[in-house]
Amino acid sequence: MSQGERLSMDIEFRGTTKSFGPVQVLHGVDFSLPTGQVLGLLGENGAGKSTLMKILAGFEHATGGSLLVNGVVQHFTSSRDAEAQGIVLIHQEFSLAEDLTIAQNLFLGHEKKRGWGGLLLDEETMRTEAQAAIAQVGLSADVNTRVKDLIVAEKQLVEIARALLRKARVLIMDEPTATLTPTETERLFGLMRQLKSEGVTLVYISHKLDEVERMTDQVVVMRDGRCVAQQPTASLSRQQMANLMVGRELADLYPPKAARPTSATPALRVQGLSVPGWAQDVSFEVRPGEILGFAGLVGAGRTELFEGIMGLRARNAGTVELQGKVQTIRNPRDAVRLGLTYLSEDRKGKGLHVHFGLRENLTLMALERYATPWLQPALEDQALAHAVDEFGIRTGSLHIKASSLSGGNQQKVALAKVLHPGPKVVVLDEPTRGVDVGAKRDIYLLIQKLASQGLAVVIISSELMELIGLCHRVAVMRAGRLQTVLESQQLTEEELIAHATGTH
Amino acid sequence: MPQELTKAAAPAASQAGQWLAKLQGMGPVIGLVLLCVVGTLLNSNFATLDNITNVLTRTAFIGIIAVGMCFVIVSGGIDLSVGSMAALIAGSVILAMNYLSPHLGSPVWTVVLGMALALVLGAAFGLAHGLLITKGRIEPFIVTLGTLGIFRAYLTYFSNGGAITLDNDLTDIYSPVYYGSLAGIPIPVWVFLVVALVGSVILNRTTFGRYVQAIGSNEQVARYAAVDVDRVKLLTYVLLGVCVGIATLLYVPRLGSASPTTGLLWELEAIAAVIVGGTALKGGAGTITGTVVGAVLLSVISNILNLTSIISVYLNAAVQGFVIIAVAFMQRSKR
Repeated sequence: MSQGERLSMDIEFRGTTKSFGPVQVLHGVDFSLPTGQVLGLLGENGAGKSTLMKILAGFEHATGGSLLVNGVVQHFTSSRDAEAQGIVLIHQEFSLAEDLTIAQNLFLGHEKKRGWGGLLLDEETMRTEAQAAIAQVGLSADVNTRVKDLIVAEKQLVEIARALLRKARVLIMDEPTATLTPTETERLFGLMRQLKSEGVTLVYISHKLDEVERMTDQVVVMRDGRCVAQQPTASLSRQQMANLMVGRELADLYPPKAARPTSATPALRVQGLSVPGWAQDVSFEVRPGEILGFAGLVGAGRTELFEGIMGLRARNAGTVELQGKVQTIRNPRDAVRLGLTYLSEDRKGKGLHVHFGLRENLTLMALERYATPWLQPALEDQALAHAVDEFGIRTGSLHIKASSLSGGNQQKVALAKVLHPGPKVVVLDEPTRGVDVGAKRDIYLLIQKLASQGLAVVIISSELMELIGLCHRVAVMRAGRLQTVLESQQLTEEELIAHATGTH
Repeated sequence: MPQELTKAAAPAASQAGQWLAKLQGMGPVIGLVLLCVVGTLLNSNFATLDNITNVLTRTAFIGIIAVGMCFVIVSGGIDLSVGSMAALIAGSVILAMNYLSPHLGSPVWTVVLGMALALVLGAAFGLAHGLLITKGRIEPFIVTLGTLGIFRAYLTYFSNGGAITLDNDLTDIYSPVYYGSLAGIPIPVWVFLVVALVGSVILNRTTFGRYVQAIGSNEQVARYAAVDVDRVKLLTYVLLGVCVGIATLLYVPRLGSASPTTGLLWELEAIAAVIVGGTALKGGAGTITGTVVGAVLLSVISNILNLTSIISVYLNAAVQGFVIIAVAFMQRSKR
């Protein structure tokens, strides 16, 4: 088989439909993948991008229509079938076995055998081939390292190496840069260009329009389960992409900033705080009405610093002042009582009870308010109706599980939840992660409204544009230390990256 | 807001979902009704008042324990020791009453003290479980597997491998607690009803109950939402211990003795009742009503085995075992 033959691959969707029970998520999608190019797949949450790609990679079955691979109709019954054809999907949440080594993960389900009719594992060959595979994606690690000891970016490279070992000709990446730092993102882009030059077709799903603009040759925009546009990337501006995604004109994403309050006593002042292994000697303050950003690479210790402040992690030095008084916060209960709440970056794992109803989620942090002494579901429902209104949560019914909402609306529920106890200071960790453009704007407006009402807001974010567009000041952390706090007029992407990476 | 609401997903879909959920919730009840129909067809004695009273009275022990077990399972825990715990409490209470009786002089007060002791012991054992699980950070499965052995071994030791028997004068005073009835309904059934009602109110209408569900659904989310996870978990085990205490103080007057076979396999029956009642073994969601129905359903099965000769009554535990596995099998994809 010649090289060209191995890599050329035509994939076409014809009238693909998909229903989950009575809910139709794909309404007849038609498009073909541009062979050997990078395709950006855009759409708001719930537009059907992930479902479509899962059908292509064999994780889901289409309800109707057909999928043609090299002109032949294919019905993949499992991801193994699709992999055999060279189609590999890299999930947003990685599918690596954390306790196995890199080499074991790379060959998981495809182990090399030797001796006695293949009864024994051929560790030697697998290790050698694994080492070569990770070198190809630019990961310099020992293949005997356990995956759980790798950082997120390295895990992603392991996923890509695994796809290449399966001779992937079509590689689908779902939000690959969501958890990467700018440098790691650049490295990934380098690898993507290399793969493209080798003839691999790439599908790149992302909410980050600047990256889509830079990296892709074509974009396909999906909305409400349909493909609404397929155009060369160069022919579209970011604004046009955003408009196509939401199906309406999208005004500027960030509302104008209010003036930074300077007079009042800081709502939160942290001095010399250390969280063992994560943060050393961090001091900062945030005033009522102020929005303070926290920038830094993944692993810089931002999340851990605030978990330390909240009493979710051990801390060994430093003081926390709220409204000018030194306070001892031993656990999140103390923090809530003192008017400080925290929204985790991990919505499904730490932020929201996805199997719970909206009402139970909303009131969980302020439940005593509804106990007289028996809980009053009617009062809780009133509060929910109010929150749905105030936070613009789009839901058909008030009595559904949080999991049946889209990502953006789940995030609004999570926001409403941490604000429900009526805090004076709120810490929002990645408040717009995995949220579509429309919901992002809603959340930005909301944060600004809350700040203007006197709430002190801390935003931890990996999206630099978000920090620049929203914050009065941005603190930059690197390797557990606070490098600098940049004032509004100093806020540029270059400046933030320079401080975050220590190349200032 | 109305504008937001109309923009939403197909209401038909959510209606169908609600209907399905309701049907699923009715599962245990439908099962119970079918079983009763079968029982009536197989044996004319099944539907008699005597038999029904008998079934409900026997359900009381397991049912009361199952109500406590429901809290533990909904919070994501498990307690395998309840049968042994009941046996040890029964033995200890009988020994204590026999010892106290001559000193106190009043058999009534002795019995009252004995009953109180049952509750205190249950709470203390539950507290020990809770502390080992939360502060000691040991899996509930391991902790209660350990105490399952410990409790029963101590009972066997105290009874020298035989039976511990309550003195006759005390038995006479105590027996109405099991054999007596109020308004035609046996005392244990009344107690079972009260425990179930109180349990239901605690689970559904208190902050504690909501926290129990929140922890079982996702412990990390609960911790981040400022729920005192350790305290709530600890309390679920204390609550279960108290329920075991109540069940035991009803059980002691029935035979007036405790032996190494007392309470054997009660853990299986109690856990099966909770699971059959529709509570997810992974925790997060469950109902007391379902648990009560589950407990009654299991004793109806046992009763039918007793009344008919289709399956040997010796296979009662096997039937319960099959039922719990079958129900867990059906629950697999629910979450």
